[in-house]
Amino acid sequence: MPLAKRIIPCLDVDRGRVVKGINFVGIRDAGDPVEIARRYNEEGADELTFLDITASHEARDTTASTVEKIAREVFIPLTVGGGVREVSDIRTLLNAGADKVSINTAAIHNPELVKEAAERFGSQCIVVAMDVKRVSEHAQPPRYELFTHGGRKPTGIEAVSWAQKMAELGAGEILLTSMDRDGTRDGFELVITRAISDAVDVPLIASGGVGNLEHLAEGISVGGADAVLAASIFHFGEFTIPQAKAYLEGKGIEVR
Amino acid sequence: MTTHVAVIDYGMGNLHSVASALKHVGADRVDVTHDPSTIAAADRVVFPGVGAIRDCMTEIKRLGCDDLLRSALADRRKPVLAICVGMQALMDSSEENGGVETLGIVPGSVRFFGRDHTDSSGHRLKVPHMGWSQVKQAMVHPLWAGIDDSCRFYFVHSYWVSPAAEEVIAGTFDYGLLGCAAMAKDNLFAVQFHPEKSHDPGLRLLRNFLNWDGSC
Repeated sequence: MPLAKRIIPCLDVDRGRVVKGINFVGIRDAGDPVEIARRYNEEGADELTFLDITASHEARDTTASTVEKIAREVFIPLTVGGGVREVSDIRTLLNAGADKVSINTAAIHNPELVKEAAERFGSQCIVVAMDVKRVSEHAQPPRYELFTHGGRKPTGIEAVSWAQKMAELGAGEILLTSMDRDGTRDGFELVITRAISDAVDVPLIASGGVGNLEHLAEGISVGGADAVLAASIFHFGEFTIPQAKAYLEGKGIEVR
Repeated sequence: MTTHVAVIDYGMGNLHSVASALKHVGADRVDVTHDPSTIAAADRVVFPGVGAIRDCMTEIKRLGCDDLLRSALADRRKPVLAICVGMQALMDSSEENGGVETLGIVPGSVRFFGRDHTDSSGHRLKVPHMGWSQVKQAMVHPLWAGIDDSCRFYFVHSYWVSPAAEEVIAGTFDYGLLGCAAMAKDNLFAVQFHPEKSHDPGLRLLRNFLNWDGSC
């Protein structure tokens, strides 16, 4: 039997509370991260992702202690990201109990960080997160580029070649978020998901835009994702993890 | 019976997960340590591992953890559980980091899945092998007690263990090749997957380890 496709609930955490933005604005409070993490662990989530969206450095200590609390009670893999700038940040999060650390903007400013981190801690714990937007006109061949600052700042970097470069430098996994879709509930951006999944050897997590269970299935079957990440459909109780798994299983997708 | 577990710490990454999972399943005391007297005093030993093998081996030797592990294994009443890179380090050599000589405690080698790794029907398989794969139990063993055959455990690795002797294989996974998911020999049990991250079956395996007297 093949490797199970993973369902990963994502906790966007701001100053110790789980929030979920709609296009990164209009934030709704969704609750205590430890409580929510425990619930997903019990429900059968395959992994958890914790993204610290706190802007200020002072509040980051709260993050490490939240990660510690989660790690004490959650016995599935935990990926932590947000604000990772240097190797010492990665060490801090791993020591707090993260199994993988996700690097986003810092990889753009300093790609060598990915290499250094992978050599130090092993590729298995280095995730490169990339936020992409389609920049080509509708009639043109699709081109996607990396954006920073919650999708506001263009970098001019082409997405597929960037993913390949990150994998070569030692990223063990790619977390791809479509900023065109994030918060829209219209489903994953399948074109770029497929293009990157086909272009890299490492596993790909699709993120951004899930509004229903069919979107999860499409991300895997059409987008070629190895794992699908979603937040609001789970946080606000629309669907449970077991419902999501039963749905995927019904579509012939291998789940745990 | 009290359970005092020493988790051998050679300075490579997060060992809290293993320690907290052991506490969660009822260990009385868990020490994350490379102190020889603490390890000698513990009634069972966990040899974990995350990271790249070359750095792991350097630290293992620098801190004398190889000798500590050998003396734990020599005491047949002391159960030893090796996890992931800990399992790989037991073999003779690894292909990682351009070829590294490892501890040579279990004959065999550690090999790379390779680029362009595919399954039997030619579908490309991603490397690292990351996620939940079924483990087929290859022997009856106290550590499998209460765990369904072929249930899924969490794996994350790019290199796989190939033991020289088939009889040490306690479980297999299928990822484009039939790999060794677990090995057992005397008071040693070694797993490629991460029981501390494998939810109920993983916690059950750790509980079984706490209840194991080291005999097969």
